[in-house]
Amino acid sequence: MKLKDILSPLRVWERAAQKPWTIKDPINDRPGATNYRGFHKNDFNKCIGCGSCEEICQNAAIDLVPVEGQETKDGNSGLRPMIDYGRCCWCALCVDVCPTGSLTMSNKYTWVADMPEEYRFVPGKTETKWQESEKGYKRSEDIHLIDYERVEMLEIKPEKRDKSFIEIVKGYNKEQAMKEAERCLECGICIATCPAHMDIPAYIAAIREDDIENAFRILYETNPLPEICGRICTHKCETACALHNNGESLAIRWLKRYIADQIPSEKYKEVLGTEHLDDPKIGKSIAIIGAGPAGISAAYYLAIMGYKIKIFEALPDSGGMTRYGIPEYRLPYDQIDKDIEYIKSLGVEMQFNTRVGKDITLDKLHKDYDAVFAGTGLHLGRSTRIPGADNKRVYFATDLLREVSLGNEIDVAENIVVIGGGNVAMDITRTLARLQNKKYGKIQILTTSLESEDIMPADREEIVEAREEKAIIDPGWGPKEIEIQNGKIKGLHVVKCLSVFDEEGRFNPKFDDKQKKFFKADMVVESIGQGMDLSYLSEDIKSNLKFGPRGRIQVNENFQSNLKWLFVGGDIIQGPDVIHGVANGYIAAKAIDGFLNKNDKRRKK
Amino acid sequence: MNRMSENKYKGFEADRSKYPEMKDGKPVIDLESHKYTKIWQGPQHPGVTGNMALELIIDGDEVVDTKTRVGYLHRAFEKLMERRRYIQCFPIVCRICVPEPDTNEYCVSAAMEDLSGIVVPEKAQWLRTLNLEMSRVGSFLMWLGGQAGSIGMGAIGQWTVGMRDFWLDLFEEMTGGRVYHMYMIPGGVRKDLPDGFKDRARDLIIRTRKLLVNIENTFFNNIIVKSRLKGLGIITPEMVDEYGIVGPNARASGRECDIRINNPYVKYGELDIKMITSNGCDAYARAELRYQELLQSLDLVSQILDKIPEKGEIQAKLPNVLHWKIPAGQTYVKAESTRGEHGFYMVSDGSEFPRRVFARGASYTHAISLLEKLAVNISISDTAALMVSLHTCPPEIER
Repeated sequence: MKLKDILSPLRVWERAAQKPWTIKDPINDRPGATNYRGFHKNDFNKCIGCGSCEEICQNAAIDLVPVEGQETKDGNSGLRPMIDYGRCCWCALCVDVCPTGSLTMSNKYTWVADMPEEYRFVPGKTETKWQESEKGYKRSEDIHLIDYERVEMLEIKPEKRDKSFIEIVKGYNKEQAMKEAERCLECGICIATCPAHMDIPAYIAAIREDDIENAFRILYETNPLPEICGRICTHKCETACALHNNGESLAIRWLKRYIADQIPSEKYKEVLGTEHLDDPKIGKSIAIIGAGPAGISAAYYLAIMGYKIKIFEALPDSGGMTRYGIPEYRLPYDQIDKDIEYIKSLGVEMQFNTRVGKDITLDKLHKDYDAVFAGTGLHLGRSTRIPGADNKRVYFATDLLREVSLGNEIDVAENIVVIGGGNVAMDITRTLARLQNKKYGKIQILTTSLESEDIMPADREEIVEAREEKAIIDPGWGPKEIEIQNGKIKGLHVVKCLSVFDEEGRFNPKFDDKQKKFFKADMVVESIGQGMDLSYLSEDIKSNLKFGPRGRIQVNENFQSNLKWLFVGGDIIQGPDVIHGVANGYIAAKAIDGFLNKNDKRRKK
Repeated sequence: MNRMSENKYKGFEADRSKYPEMKDGKPVIDLESHKYTKIWQGPQHPGVTGNMALELIIDGDEVVDTKTRVGYLHRAFEKLMERRRYIQCFPIVCRICVPEPDTNEYCVSAAMEDLSGIVVPEKAQWLRTLNLEMSRVGSFLMWLGGQAGSIGMGAIGQWTVGMRDFWLDLFEEMTGGRVYHMYMIPGGVRKDLPDGFKDRARDLIIRTRKLLVNIENTFFNNIIVKSRLKGLGIITPEMVDEYGIVGPNARASGRECDIRINNPYVKYGELDIKMITSNGCDAYARAELRYQELLQSLDLVSQILDKIPEKGEIQAKLPNVLHWKIPAGQTYVKAESTRGEHGFYMVSDGSEFPRRVFARGASYTHAISLLEKLAVNISISDTAALMVSLHTCPPEIER
């Protein structure tokens, strides 16, 4: 026993004189740390209701619920997370996974309520005293739970492609496709946005599981043109993709192409289970005008239902605008054939070089067939109607693109100006650039549009690729006059365009006449939109048909006109693009089936 | 001086002549004889370290036989993980041990990284080391208060638990949570250190050392503590292997085993760290050893603070965690908690969910097989002190 051991413990009293550590009023004197994981906040302006928070919550504490004032729209489900604080463990995985960064946490940690039900609340909607609190846990840019970078798509280099029409985009291989498919959040916001409502998360999940045949079957449930759409779809799904809010959206279009590319033509029937569909069974026949995406889509779904289908096409081959409006370097003809040959093999008959209204009348089709579907597309060019636009060296983009596809020679000039800022303008620019390069060994083509660069309707990658191919894009100018000397074009006079739309969003361009430019040219191409050719409608039908705004035929939600036997779809109703055509054809096919069956029942009665 | 010192170093081979006869290694106890009384210490009892019970058979105030009874806070973490995606596992494992959750977080993340071949960035490794060592400090502080409290020195419990709260403040700044940090995520950590953190941490180390001087004076240089703890719960060096004893309990019996030194993980290999052992074998030796390790941990924290790189990635890129599949395989990852070797055995079948996870905590051995032996022959008033001296953690036993 040491004396020290007896005396030393008495020093416990030293601490009695020290200042106490306790905090009198912790709620006010001791706020949570800047980084504290307190009660949830949600910024409704940013939240898209993708449900990733619900998906990752390991306690199932989050439910997505409809909230008053939040509407469902493209890229936004309109639902908002409701959090059950009886289950929440404050791990903040929901915050870390949130692709928009809308869900955060405050540093508040006390909450007293009388009713237990109050602890199930929707942050952002339910009024809370911490909604405005700036401190608290937020998603750090340094941590990576989701991959926001797209797997790069390999393309042929500009110097190797600017003389030929071979396909630019190489497509994903298996490893790349699986890596890209890995990024999907499976939120399904894309499904609502896709005009055809394709089950995108399901086919992407099938890629991850390397079950390509299943993925292919999922594609065909709503879209019979996967090779075409996998290349040139306007991919509205990608704009809506939740990943887009914090990085690059999922390459949905390229994944669709990957699936379709993996299945060889000869296996289509086996994979899709359509080996025994060759003979129509129902005994009713349907005429389809136009072998474009809408017509083909309607034909496919009607054919697998057992109807006899005949398509009448004015041009010498199928595909419509996909073949005659889109250059081969974006969509090779053999890929169009791959999609369409399969549909032909199901017994769908196609009669080419037959223009309805000229070679055969619509009335005859009405008489010979149980129903008619018209998807005749927008094949007529529109003119700017500026002075000089009537010169013979002023062309419409659609006409030139069709000539190229038909294999006809085009008299390409050395200096070309294209007017237009959409995808068609880019298509004709890049097509003519290739032809110029072949003929003259150099590219001298300039494209100008009313819209400034930020609001040009063309896809961004189209503009970038056109520039890579040495075409000049100079947007934001309004065409004034095509200068003509001795019947020959000298160039295009333009003035600065200040704005294209007025405050109410109507087309009403405003110009600054003081800022002028002159683009030298000996050939001008107009690509400012397309019009429809409805000359196949006889006067009798025309007078009975109801028309909507801008000369469009009025149809109901099933694309049925007021003449019950006539269904109309595709670019002349919606779009213009392939996927709307596909979607219209699908809905119209179901509606035609319903329409014909309904008649059946009546007869039985 | 008392019966304890007479029995010193006899360990569990105590004189049992006046106690019930043993049959097949089990004492034959006839409660009807009124010679023995059965009482339950716990599951709700200030003298137990959590929801666990000791079923004591006493003869007078001497413990004749003990059974450790668990089952009061079984939450089936291992099974829960089989139903969760890999990323959803890390928020639940911290709950396996309340005072020291970070070892669980580290082990489960490291197991996933090991199976999927993810390399954790340098800075994240340092932050993990800091986090682990800070959690050791917090756990030791809590234990120190418990050990003092178990023999009636409540004041020291107030001091250390109060000081631990300042360490929890640091955790709150660093991780966003005070008790359950959920900081180590597969691939790295979730947040970088906030501004001024290092200064505040260094300041707190100084304050903690100051407090520890006080505690040394009042607790370790204390005749009562010495008489209560010396000779209590003797673990002989032979018992270390026999029972699978790990951590400070083994080191206080002269065994050189510390995973941080023997199998360095994260950044322990780059720190100046020495094995602390003792040959005291009893509860007092263990207390002193833990006290030395607490001082060592404070030193390690300041070493780590000096070495953390300013810049660098804090997390390796993971595949999309919503459908993260880990290649089939199995692994065992271990780390040194304040209670000893803490490990996770994880089996993956290549799917999105772990096929099997097994959490190995030191407390299972220490609180069940070892405690049942050591508690025989001691005074009932010493059971709490004995239990705390083994640093058992009931939530870790049950998982």
